Amino acid sequence: MNLDFTEEQEMLKSSARDFLTKEYPKSLVRELEEDEKGHSPELWRKVAELGWIGLMIPEEYDGMGMEYMDLIVLIQEMGRNIMPGPFFCTVVLGSLPILTAGTEEQKKEFLPKVASGEMILTMALVEPSATYDAMGVEAKAVAQGDNFVINGTKLFVENAHIADYLICAARTRSGSSPEEGITLFLVDAKSPGIKCEVMPTTGLDKLCEVVFENVSVPKKNVLGAVDEGWPVVARTLEQATTAKCAEMTGGAEAALDMSNVYAKDRIAYEKPIGANQVIQHYLANMWISVDTSKNYLYETAWMVGEGLPEAATKVSMLKAYLGQAYRFVTERGVQIHGAIGTTRDHDIGLYYRRALTSDLAFGDVDYHRELVARKVGL
Amino acid sequence: MDFRFTPEQEALRKEFDDFFREEMKNAPPGYVGGMEGMSSEEGWLFHKEMAGKMAKKGWLVRPWPKEYGGSDAPVAEQLILSEVMGYYGAPGIDIFGVGMVGPTLLAVGNEDQKKEHLPPVARAERFWCQGWSEPNAGSDLASLTTHAKRDGDEYVINGQKIWTSNCHHADWIFLLARTNPDLRRSRGISFFLLDLNTPGITKRPIYSMQGSYLFNEVFFDDVRVPAKNLVGEEDQGWAVTRATMNFERTSVGIMSAGRRDVEELVKFCKETKWNGKTLADNPLVRSRLAQLAIECEVGRALSYRIAWMQETAGLGPEAAGAASAAKVFGSEMGQRITYTGCQLLGMYGQVKADSKWALLSGKYEDAYQLTSGANLAGGSSEIQRNLVAWVSLGLPRT
Repeated sequence: MNLDFTEEQEMLKSSARDFLTKEYPKSLVRELEEDEKGHSPELWRKVAELGWIGLMIPEEYDGMGMEYMDLIVLIQEMGRNIMPGPFFCTVVLGSLPILTAGTEEQKKEFLPKVASGEMILTMALVEPSATYDAMGVEAKAVAQGDNFVINGTKLFVENAHIADYLICAARTRSGSSPEEGITLFLVDAKSPGIKCEVMPTTGLDKLCEVVFENVSVPKKNVLGAVDEGWPVVARTLEQATTAKCAEMTGGAEAALDMSNVYAKDRIAYEKPIGANQVIQHYLANMWISVDTSKNYLYETAWMVGEGLPEAATKVSMLKAYLGQAYRFVTERGVQIHGAIGTTRDHDIGLYYRRALTSDLAFGDVDYHRELVARKVGL
Repeated sequence: MDFRFTPEQEALRKEFDDFFREEMKNAPPGYVGGMEGMSSEEGWLFHKEMAGKMAKKGWLVRPWPKEYGGSDAPVAEQLILSEVMGYYGAPGIDIFGVGMVGPTLLAVGNEDQKKEHLPPVARAERFWCQGWSEPNAGSDLASLTTHAKRDGDEYVINGQKIWTSNCHHADWIFLLARTNPDLRRSRGISFFLLDLNTPGITKRPIYSMQGSYLFNEVFFDDVRVPAKNLVGEEDQGWAVTRATMNFERTSVGIMSAGRRDVEELVKFCKETKWNGKTLADNPLVRSRLAQLAIECEVGRALSYRIAWMQETAGLGPEAAGAASAAKVFGSEMGQRITYTGCQLLGMYGQVKADSKWALLSGKYEDAYQLTSGANLAGGSSEIQRNLVAWVSLGLPRT
């Protein structure tokens, strides 16, 4: 057993914290929420130069060849500071499935461009049924000569409006179970027949509706085997859900720290409000939530990184726990801040809003509790 | 990071698991585990018997040094032992003798004290209880008023202790008494070891709400304790208590006991039909049990982290804050499991073990009345939260 980070991970963590604090001040975060693109291409280039986009991409494809746990460390810091833009969708939802299932040609074609920041990726999975289960995939892809033709509507697609390629899940065959007959496609976002519209949502983080109308995709752009795309999606969801939990943990930690500082600074009745036991106990409960989240995050992330079969259950346990914990911590955070915490101008609200949107992403508390119920034998 | 135990540790876990699974088949009927389980006559005998067996296997005082019967076991191995014993609700380890007197004497006791007191604990021949709390000094322990006055080679103790678990079974008590009336609060307190056969000690039972006798009031009237039984310096007992609290503080046993309960409740819900449907089909039941299973897992991960911190860096502020967190988390989780258990049994949630109508051996009926105790014993949830606020968050002490 060794539950310490490596020296490299500690360095990555502190350099990420420095960079993000400096380059992504909250004023910019707010500005980008209102911005049409929702990210800064200039900063994106800097992020690419740091090697972060290609963190897990092997060196032969111009990446850093680092491990999943390193990515978790980095994403936790991104959640802590809040980093708007297409990092999560490009790296986690885009490059990881290519690493999992891509052919040598696909890896050569996509990964170096991803690592250099030239290519933004995202995944088009969820549909109006709004579930992450395989049965939610109803978009159809039909073989026609050298192409597949895709029809369907995808929702909550992160940053599709600026993506260069979409990894789209579509049904190519109706199987005996919902998991059978799903195929993944690397779709050029500029293909004729794609309509994309940003959805106004709580996080103002550019979730998109993407409509596919007779969109032709060359057969060489099938990712993984035809009809057998679901295991790739499942693996990606395992990685992405855990990464989302890292982001949530970082956010919860920031909300706690912010509230702790405020409780020490804010004077009422001639003493800091943090001298009151009721506030101390709110903060103690928040600390317990954050601390337990971190521990369980690292253990789960280690299992996901190792590809252990029992990881799936742990991931659901983690996500259900974090969905509740992040909301709890930010809700108390707003309460400790008082009225100012409810305003657009205050930072705590940025986290409070993300506590909802990240609970909903990749399955909310109830969804994952049900998966856990099945896993424990109910 | 690497969360794997070594193959040796896994083998040890299996050895513990095999032993306790088998031995617990001999538990007295309705045995409930924990301190409460030991409180009855037959429970105490079972506890002593298990302690004897563990001593023979060399398992009783594993973290102690070899010269006192231990094996210098690292915290990780103690974690595994506590986790397995917690899962089976197994008695055998005297948390006061093995867990508190031992570490205290090893840290601050003199050679004579170690030689006199450690071997009988290691051989499971002497059992201890803890004389700290008083009627007006619970969470605020430093306000205690029991006093000890030096008289030649002895101290004379007068005063009263309360909530003294299993004092009616124990052989010795370690207690805090004021030796200097001129010094305030934590200054002027001393730490004594006292044979419970000494004249002048009166025990009076306090019955818990479900009827069991775990707690005692203990009265001291001119009780003479030899001066050699003072641990540390006179008036410096408060510092000694720090060593007393420096045992394995992971709370892992609460987490694994919770896991066992949840497994049992899952099984119950799959087998039990109300109105033609199994409980396991009820979405509310599924959600509740899943949530409890999640909490047991999250709690276990916290315990593992504390073990790691204690092993690599000792019980510093970081580990101490986490240990307080684990205690709050575990005891309140245990309470939620109990309440869920009661609720799942429906009207049978109130039926006692000795009725033929009892479900799950009446365990939850009993647990319902006992569960609040865990949030109070060994530092209440409020005190633990204060500690988290002060130690981990740096908030002002009030």
